Amino acid sequence: MSKPISKKPALRRFHQASWDEPIIFELSQLGQRGVLIPEVGENIRQEVGEVAASLPDSIRRKTPPMLPEMSQLHVLRHFARLSQENLGVDLNIDVGQGTCTMKYSPKINDQLARSSKMADLHPLQDESTVQGILEIMYRLEQMLKEISGMERFSLQPGAGSAAIYANVAMIRAYHAAREESNQRDEVVTTIFSHPSNAACARTAGYKVITLYPNEDGYPDPNALKAAVTERTAALMITNPEDTGIFNPKIEEFVRVVHDAGGLCCYDQANANGILGITRAREAGFDLCHFNLHKTFSTPHGCGGPGAGASGVTNDLTPFLPKPTVEFDGQKYYLDHERPQSIGKIRPFYGVAQNLLKAYAWVMSLGADGLREVAEVAVLNNNYLLKKVLEIRGVSAPYAKGKRRIEQVRYSWERLSNDTGVHSEEIGYRAADFGIHYWTSHHPYVVPEPMTLEPSESYSKADLDEYVAILKNIAEEAYSNPEIVKTAPHNSTVHQIEHESFDNPDEWAVTWRAYLRKVLKK
Amino acid sequence: MKEKGTIYPYIPNSVPAVKAEMLKAVGAATIDELYADIPENIRLKRSLNLPKPLLSESELARHVEGLLEKNKSTRQNLSFLGAGCWQHQVPAICDEINSRGEFLTAYAGEPYEDHGRFQALFEYESMMGELLNMDVVNVPNYDGFQAAATALRMAARITGRSRVLVAASTGADKLSMIRNYLKPDIHVELVPYEPTLGLMDLAALKTKILEQDAAVFFENPSYLGFIETQADRIAAIAHAHGALCVVSVDPISLGVINPPVEYGGDIACGDIQPLGIHMLYGGGHGGFIATKDEQRFVMEYPSRLFGVATTVVEGEYGFGDVAYERTSFASRELGKEWVGTAAALWGISAGVYLALMGPQGMVEIGEGIMQRVRYAMKKIVNIPGIKIPFEETHHFKEFAVNFDSTGKPVAVINQALLAQGIFGGKDLSGEFPELGQSALFSITEVHTQADIDRLVATLEEVVR
Repeated sequence: MSKPISKKPALRRFHQASWDEPIIFELSQLGQRGVLIPEVGENIRQEVGEVAASLPDSIRRKTPPMLPEMSQLHVLRHFARLSQENLGVDLNIDVGQGTCTMKYSPKINDQLARSSKMADLHPLQDESTVQGILEIMYRLEQMLKEISGMERFSLQPGAGSAAIYANVAMIRAYHAAREESNQRDEVVTTIFSHPSNAACARTAGYKVITLYPNEDGYPDPNALKAAVTERTAALMITNPEDTGIFNPKIEEFVRVVHDAGGLCCYDQANANGILGITRAREAGFDLCHFNLHKTFSTPHGCGGPGAGASGVTNDLTPFLPKPTVEFDGQKYYLDHERPQSIGKIRPFYGVAQNLLKAYAWVMSLGADGLREVAEVAVLNNNYLLKKVLEIRGVSAPYAKGKRRIEQVRYSWERLSNDTGVHSEEIGYRAADFGIHYWTSHHPYVVPEPMTLEPSESYSKADLDEYVAILKNIAEEAYSNPEIVKTAPHNSTVHQIEHESFDNPDEWAVTWRAYLRKVLKK
Repeated sequence: MKEKGTIYPYIPNSVPAVKAEMLKAVGAATIDELYADIPENIRLKRSLNLPKPLLSESELARHVEGLLEKNKSTRQNLSFLGAGCWQHQVPAICDEINSRGEFLTAYAGEPYEDHGRFQALFEYESMMGELLNMDVVNVPNYDGFQAAATALRMAARITGRSRVLVAASTGADKLSMIRNYLKPDIHVELVPYEPTLGLMDLAALKTKILEQDAAVFFENPSYLGFIETQADRIAAIAHAHGALCVVSVDPISLGVINPPVEYGGDIACGDIQPLGIHMLYGGGHGGFIATKDEQRFVMEYPSRLFGVATTVVEGEYGFGDVAYERTSFASRELGKEWVGTAAALWGISAGVYLALMGPQGMVEIGEGIMQRVRYAMKKIVNIPGIKIPFEETHHFKEFAVNFDSTGKPVAVINQALLAQGIFGGKDLSGEFPELGQSALFSITEVHTQADIDRLVATLEEVVR
């Protein structure tokens, strides 16, 4: 070696994997098999003959499904390549999906959950054969009770939105039991609460009233007072909100709603910065929910399975989904005898393997560790806020001069006005540097939004790198906007032509639809 | 208040010097200053009361494995449990792919940095589309219960009607979910089943159906395991009254049983757990909904629908959300129902499964399961005192077994089987009291003739 290898440049020279992989049907080779099925055996075959053939004509399938035919290695290789064309927490500095708490999901917990004594359990096994998983669920419930101050939890919801839905269903059952369901037909939420609060309430039959914040971005008690009446069934509110602003008047909100006879439901999807700091109980709430795949580290799985947990006070306990997990001092069991229960919101009892992972995560941290999670998540966020605001063209609307909890909704409005570059486009360009970036939920109340949540998992160096990338893109927007507007350049694919997605004549949700509509086959 | 200044492996900035440097950068003396907006009187003034942490991996593993050791799995025993969650062969490649960190730890990336999950889920939709002969399939929702409940809400919106007719052979839990989810605006009316065959009572259906009905819903195969062979007639009756035909199917049956669209089904739904996903004590569920590619159907899906499109470069496949404005992500309460984190990873796994199985695999598995079930039914019905309700009806992978004449309740029989290392069928006496002391036995491709013979021999002993 004639000279030393140069230092790495300030910005990573990234290129996403780009295998140029065909659609799986194009890989099909006639007659190939990927996996074989256990033979039924000669005896059975002789005894019963061909069975499916005896089905009536209208119900018997005559043409096998047109699935691809592939050898095992070729299936593996195809999906392994697709996986490489994906970034998760394991690969990127995943602070760009604010509100979703993209933290590290410890591998030891995944490993434990892969045990055959977890994976190969049938949910209807005799209770004596599932004491271990029932104990884990029971213990996790005790932990969540302590973390929130609520009196009971259901671990049945499949994830956060399902937990919100379960909570609305319990609210409805509570008012019905008091014969007030006709009178109470409105749910109040805020625009910076997760959209599922509004959408689940609407699905459950409620009229939704959405409050907007005051000029400084804080939830406005006067707006609440104007909205709350004897028609109010519940307040469903995220705190801290999706702006990372904690509602300092949350007790007053609760009081106003309670005074009118409504219930208060605390969306704790954003709890990562307040573990051990403040709880639903002290704020006076009747119901709350956690997303175990966010705050409690279970992996996000490309969009599930996650796990949700709905917590309630004693007054709402009779309405919990059934069954609940109980302990009689000697054994754990499922209690199905709950006459006022809203019933099932999912088959069986919840996403059990993720309940195990969440339990293991709390066990690996304890009370001090959870508080450390919260404090570092908040420190990381305020550090990131400080650094991001040094970038040209970006601002953090609202709460001027105040601190944020675990995330911030920023605005690129100034940069967009100056350069014509939009927030989405900054996100596409961010992909060129190996990071994910998300704007925000709709509607864009904050213009040209960007929502960053750095959780506790990322190092100071990670945050500095993320900021350096954003700064670089902002500078490009001012000096060479075309490079941003035509991004991505180093990703798996280039700019997608979106128009067909909203055109019924052209959209194609399956390969067969594409062949029929576009290739006219 | 920290015990001993632990540096947590999951929290890089728990190093005190780093914290101090960052605090300085943000101009705060303490972390507590960052919580200034949280009023004092709602602060927790003590430490959380949680178990002492197990800080090392070996301590944690010993503890969790100790708990798991109390479980006895279906692999250590011989299980005939089904009733909505089934023991099937799970190819190693399914686990290999869904364990990859790139998929396991990703979430909501754009179709650029996460092209892979978009393509994998588009391929899942596409392979499910082949299984179902439908052009539109959603990115998985939570589970088959939610899929059924949403399919019925979709039917109500499509038809503008407010009552649904549901087969009374539907399992109690799914029915509970449907009833709850359709409240308060859609009424659920049950259609009885014919007592000897289990099939829908068509005379009752004709009497009950009204012009206000949005849908007729049934399962095929049913919760009780039989195949609804009159499906085409049910669909015709529904259509004659302007209602849609909504059918919940077991996707693993579709190599041998016609998908709903072939007999008049308008919306198909179900659960993908059988397709390469472990039972996981009920954690392996994912829901699907499939329809024809008509705007009036597509615009009523609450779920994500990933579509394929061109990019600016020739020969590249791009992906994205079809008709995104319908979702609650885009339109809050003005969207269709709601959407959230559901079961995408299981969609990817099911896609891997279907690619491994291919057309021949799906035909073989369906035929093999039906042969085993026919064999088991023939043997079991010969045991003195045991009857098989709906014996004359075609069954797929489950069947009810009645013990009334043995004088022993299912609970007693199942305890006796358990003592022999056999997990007996699901006790149906609570949800179908009209079937007396009956249990639902499930048999799949994992069961050998020896397994079935062992069940038969043990049952013979137990009921004697």
